[in-house]
Amino acid sequence: MASREFKDHYREQRIFVNRTIAAVLVVFMMICVLAARYYYLQVVQHDVFSTLSDRNRMQLQPITPTRGLIYDRNGVLLADNQPTFSLTIVKERVSDMEETLTSLSDLIEITPEDLASFEKRLYQRRRSYESVTLKTRLTEDEIARIAVNRHLLSGVEVEAELIRYYPQGEDFAHMLGYVGRISEQELKNVDPANYSGTQYYGKLGVEGHYEELLHGKAGFQTVETDVRGRVLRVLEKVAPAPGADISLHIDTELQKVAVQALGERKGAVVAIDPSTGGILALVSTPSFDPNLFVTGIDTASYQALQSSPAIPLFNRALRGQYPPGSTIKPFIGLAGLDTEKVNTGTTVWDPGYYQLKGDDRKYRDWKRQGHGWVDLKAAIAESCDVYFYDLGYRMGVDPMFDYMYRFGFGQLTAYDIDNAREGILPSKEWKRGMKGLPWFPGDSINMSIGQGFMLTTPLQLATGAAVLANRGKWVAPRLIRTINEVEVTDVPSPEDVKVNQEWYWDYIIKAMEEVMHGRHGTARGSARGAEYRMAGKTGTAQVIGIKQGERYDADAIAEEYRDHGLYIGFAPVNNPRIALAVVVENGGGGSSAAAPVARKVFDAYLVGSTQLQAAN
Amino acid sequence: MAQGDFIRQLPGAESHFSRRPGLSDVIHIDWPLLVLLLILISSGLFVLYSGSGQSLADVKKQGIHFIVALVLMITVAQIDPAVLRRWAPWVFLLGLIGLVAVLLAGADAKGAQRWLKIPGVGARIQPSEFMKIAVPMMVSWYLADRTLPPSFKHIIGTLIIVAIPAALIVIQPDLGTSILIAASGIFVLVFAGLGLRWILGFCGCVAAFAPIMWLFGMKEYQKQRVLTMLDPEQDPLGAGWNIIQSKTAIGSGGLEGKGWLGGTQSQLDFLPESHTDFIIAVFAEEFGFIGVSVLLLLYAMIIYRGLYIAMKGQDTFSRLLAGSLTMTFFVYVFVNMGMVSGILPVVGVPLPLVSYGGTSVLTLMVSFGILMSIQTHRKMLPR
Repeated sequence: MASREFKDHYREQRIFVNRTIAAVLVVFMMICVLAARYYYLQVVQHDVFSTLSDRNRMQLQPITPTRGLIYDRNGVLLADNQPTFSLTIVKERVSDMEETLTSLSDLIEITPEDLASFEKRLYQRRRSYESVTLKTRLTEDEIARIAVNRHLLSGVEVEAELIRYYPQGEDFAHMLGYVGRISEQELKNVDPANYSGTQYYGKLGVEGHYEELLHGKAGFQTVETDVRGRVLRVLEKVAPAPGADISLHIDTELQKVAVQALGERKGAVVAIDPSTGGILALVSTPSFDPNLFVTGIDTASYQALQSSPAIPLFNRALRGQYPPGSTIKPFIGLAGLDTEKVNTGTTVWDPGYYQLKGDDRKYRDWKRQGHGWVDLKAAIAESCDVYFYDLGYRMGVDPMFDYMYRFGFGQLTAYDIDNAREGILPSKEWKRGMKGLPWFPGDSINMSIGQGFMLTTPLQLATGAAVLANRGKWVAPRLIRTINEVEVTDVPSPEDVKVNQEWYWDYIIKAMEEVMHGRHGTARGSARGAEYRMAGKTGTAQVIGIKQGERYDADAIAEEYRDHGLYIGFAPVNNPRIALAVVVENGGGGSSAAAPVARKVFDAYLVGSTQLQAAN
Repeated sequence: MAQGDFIRQLPGAESHFSRRPGLSDVIHIDWPLLVLLLILISSGLFVLYSGSGQSLADVKKQGIHFIVALVLMITVAQIDPAVLRRWAPWVFLLGLIGLVAVLLAGADAKGAQRWLKIPGVGARIQPSEFMKIAVPMMVSWYLADRTLPPSFKHIIGTLIIVAIPAALIVIQPDLGTSILIAASGIFVLVFAGLGLRWILGFCGCVAAFAPIMWLFGMKEYQKQRVLTMLDPEQDPLGAGWNIIQSKTAIGSGGLEGKGWLGGTQSQLDFLPESHTDFIIAVFAEEFGFIGVSVLLLLYAMIIYRGLYIAMKGQDTFSRLLAGSLTMTFFVYVFVNMGMVSGILPVVGVPLPLVSYGGTSVLTLMVSFGILMSIQTHRKMLPR
């Protein structure tokens, strides 16, 4: 037994030694396999994994450029950037979004609008680990309450942000426009790289038109982040190019005077410097606070704006289309002179109405008893309709269309104004196309006093007045004055209006001066006591047609059906520095409603502002 | 640390202990093994500091694990292998009872039942971890009295001994541990002289069995792990994330590494499980291929020492047990480093003595205690 075990023991040991040596070899081989694997990863493939590792930790982040500021002609700030604190959430760092939102709403007030807009943007196209704003303009109290509870709110940050602020508020909303949250649609129209960090986009007005300029160029920084996207350090940085600061021709004081002059009434004022085309004032009332739109307007406020019968969101100065009424008489008169249909000696008997031969229809004059014998100058000064009925009938539509078009009616001539409307300048082709009817002589008669089909915007009327003031020389209306303090010149303009005799201008302008200063001038009441001479023309646009034999009685009809009062003019007559158009909706006649507004604006610009006087 | 010191010391230390009575007669410690382990443990703590996000608390806790484990190792080293041999069946039986208890009342941890709460004490133990030592002990005990190479009957007997705990662990379910425990038993058979035909046949069986396992035996998540290993890009943010990030960490380390605490993958938390199963990726990222080579050398030396002890073992039980424990240790190293570098599927195997975790450290140090016991009690037995 013992001997057998001893023999076995020897054999066992020999087997065991062999097996152990084999084990050593196997271990050696397998360690070589491991070493080879690590050699492959660490030495052979090192570059590949190095790149992967860098891509992991390094992120390219956009740096949003600071939006350019907007000033008026005197350096008054119209659009500012204000530092505010916003509550933002990084989705990837929040474990339970619902719970986080619930605990946040326990701390600070979060409106359903905030939530809705947050959720919408949360699912928009975005980079991972990009923060999404939940609430803007936090108060110090709110910041403190969030800070105290920070440890409970992973992924929630309070971020400093520059937010657009319009210090002048309502008065400039229609001219400046506003910025708002950039929409998915707007993102498609811009360079995505340049806008990758941008949250706001110019929606309307100057902000909209000069969006690209004001936005600037985004910068970039390479940052090292951990797996949660937290920035640990900045590795490389390309500074952003801030948006350009621009200044406008707008005169803040003048704009405010125009707003005040219109008061509670619906209307528009557009004032232009005829020598430069610079728009001095662009007012539409009522207006709205553009600051409401910057971070997103709440539903209730928006509903209120939308449903207001005065439609404050409607830009009357650019989009309001009104029959020009008698304000077109100077243009028609000029056409009459230049086409030699009338001359200074031409007179017409006005019995209070006009009748075509063989036609029963009577075209009334606004003055029931008529003006008696009138020449062109008197016809303009007193706004005699019958004289122009006769001229319109004899001239026909083609010259009227032609001359009016050359003054900018029926087209868009402004250099940097979007969203303006073209109005309607009727012609034979237009009527056939739109109404399917031929042009009737009655249409010419209506057109001659700015009624019928013709529609114009306050901007077009002001432009026409400026071209008149310039005696046909065109300067396209524009808002922009300087970009980064460099003057903007060489704005493309339509062709100048040329007439056969230079004195035609003098004659028409003299007639317009009579409107203001003449004994029978329709706006003489508004020129009383003026230190300067002005040229103008009133107009009254009918809102409802007055039937044959009926009388217009302002007191008897509801306000919204009352006539619109219109006015165009410029001053001083000899050296025009301001041309303007005023429309007062449902204000009654041009002389009673619109001309006084114009006078206030003229006064403010030519007399009231000592600063301006000093500058000239 | 100069490697040369140990290489020089190894043969010298041997003769030193066999010639002179001294400290080794009073306390049974295998000094070369102890020194190698201490180097591994202390460098492991530095890596752990980096891999745990520079958490000194984790390092302290792991340090306590090591102190307890070292005390336990030295305690076990004092026990005569003959005693271990006598205890083997009872240790095995205790382990089996533990496994059954886990199945009946196991505390749930991460979906699999592996832990057993000891009432009153508040501690939890993992019977499957305990089996990593109990199975080789039992198989060594079983084969030590037989004529070797083992006969067919004894091979079957061994397989039954291995299969019972393996089966109990599979249904926990913990396939990885089950396979490793089965392997530790099979290693005993191999050292005992299992015929080459058997070994080849066994490998053939595994190869044939694999598709069957794939179809019927493996759970969805286990299949996913295999698929992920084959193509991590398939699901780069889900199952593939770990392996992509660990390969990136290893590869970006390059030859010289990014320096201690300089690994961006680990320090910036891109690497998951960076202080436990994937700690080798932290090490490879920060110390590069040179560091990995040194670490592999260190492991190789420990394994060599273990196999040397096994070869010098006094009796069959000691030799089989020492060989099996050493090879099991190697398998852990290989599987961990293989899975993290993407050549093996991800199974929950820590890097021995470097990964954070108390249980694995205790088990490993007890097995080194057994190796020390085998080495240091040898000369006291009469030839």
